[in-house]
Amino acid sequence: MLKPLGDSALLVQLGDKIDPAINQRVHALNALLQTNSTAGIVETVPAYCTLLIHYDPLILTFNQVTYWVRDKLIQVDDSLNRKPRQLEVPTRYGGASGPDLEAVAVSKGISTTDIVRIHSEREYIVYMMGFTPGFPYLGALDERLIMPRLETPRTLVKAGSVAIAGSQTGIYPLDSPGGWHLIGWTPLKLFDPTSETPFLFSPGDIIKFIPLDSDSSLTGI
Amino acid sequence: MLEVIDVSGLVTFQDSGRHGFASYGVPASGPMDWFAYQAANSLVGNSANATVIEIGLGEAVFRAKRNCVLAVTGAGYEVLNYVWTFPLWTSFFVRAGWYVNIKKKSGGNWAYLAAAGGFEVDSILGSRSTYLRGGLGNGIRTGDLLQTGKPSRELLKLAAQNFPVEKYMVYSQSPVIEVIAGPQNERFTKEGYQTFLNSEYTLSKSFDRMGYKLEGNSISHIAGADLISEGMTMGSVQVPANGQPIVMMADSPTTGGYPKIANVVKSSLPLLAQCEAGVSKIRFKEIMMEEAHEKYKKTSEFLKNSEVWWAK
Repeated sequence: MLKPLGDSALLVQLGDKIDPAINQRVHALNALLQTNSTAGIVETVPAYCTLLIHYDPLILTFNQVTYWVRDKLIQVDDSLNRKPRQLEVPTRYGGASGPDLEAVAVSKGISTTDIVRIHSEREYIVYMMGFTPGFPYLGALDERLIMPRLETPRTLVKAGSVAIAGSQTGIYPLDSPGGWHLIGWTPLKLFDPTSETPFLFSPGDIIKFIPLDSDSSLTGI
Repeated sequence: MLEVIDVSGLVTFQDSGRHGFASYGVPASGPMDWFAYQAANSLVGNSANATVIEIGLGEAVFRAKRNCVLAVTGAGYEVLNYVWTFPLWTSFFVRAGWYVNIKKKSGGNWAYLAAAGGFEVDSILGSRSTYLRGGLGNGIRTGDLLQTGKPSRELLKLAAQNFPVEKYMVYSQSPVIEVIAGPQNERFTKEGYQTFLNSEYTLSKSFDRMGYKLEGNSISHIAGADLISEGMTMGSVQVPANGQPIVMMADSPTTGGYPKIANVVKSSLPLLAQCEAGVSKIRFKEIMMEEAHEKYKKTSEFLKNSEVWWAK
């Protein structure tokens, strides 16, 4: 399904759920568009089940972009066969590191210990990146942890915060506003613009959270 | 070269924006008011993507270390030195040693200071735009010495150019902001969508380069405000559960997870950017794609062909 987002972007919707197969199709289409780009296409943003295409309306009409994408949709081959990287994320759960852990536990009727176990025992795919530089959207979250976003987003979430919302989990790379429930914190640096590789994660990576004892010192990490 | 004597508020370098890293979550940045930005560069004979200083929500005082030609555009500011006022939307000659004070008054939020030759700043991830939240660029501080590049022609020929009055963006404190509907307007009740189009919104005091929170009649969702996160852009109107719209601006996150009721079109973004918190009465109007593109083309092609009016 193709829908306009304003007068300079086109949203390609390939599904309506968080699903590895749909996401693979998003990345396959993205790769195909990248290798067959055309004048006036500014950039593309792959997400869970959508691909957003930014275009320059001084060069392309909406119909031209639509036509170009439809053509590529026919050709796209989902069988993107690559070996994902595996990365571990040391995480301190609860307390000042995860100020919402208690509230999540109360709301879901599960102990905080179980929340930590459920959150950290699963491997997650970096389905997409966005929100702020280097922010990985990870899924899928165990159904027992699904919570709606905060009704009113926080104005400041500290960098490194590990958070959940809906069937997603993620890590804030920068101090920023945020509407997710904060359950932990990692000392890893997710974004460093001065580095040759500014981003710790890439879409498609596999991530596992490793719980740290709440009283363990993080100064050595 | 300019010396920064005093600076307050949100003062940053901006060029035409940072593109190519949105898939890693890097915002496009660039000017809040693209019209004023491009006009400022045109007035001093710069290329369309030259680096300027954006002054927001505060003021800035500079001293010229050498003779130079400057132009200030935008809304809500005045430009002074000790003796007289320089008009906005006009290029002016500044002698070495003179002070230039860009001072906030009412009627807008953002001013653009262009110098003939452009400001020379390190490029990070392909752009000279400052993105403070992401640590890209440093902002501008008292004592900084700002380098400028080589002007495109003799300074005296660049000075005293006037932006044609009939081509001004009509900034207003009761603007009609044009939008393209969707992509999730079906996630709102019919009444909710009508509320969005038929009522007046004001800009909340908590606004910045990332987004403009609006306040007004609450927009009702059909089935909650949670969306699977997806790409968005400057002008995207997200509506969280509290029903109060948030318009994403120049430092917009590349993706978001609230349903988007509509998207402000490019030709209306400068008008929205210059709305004043608590003062402006903002209304939205839905238009069709062809009309949006037509308007954008008309405005930006004029700016791109500035040589035509400039040479006169």
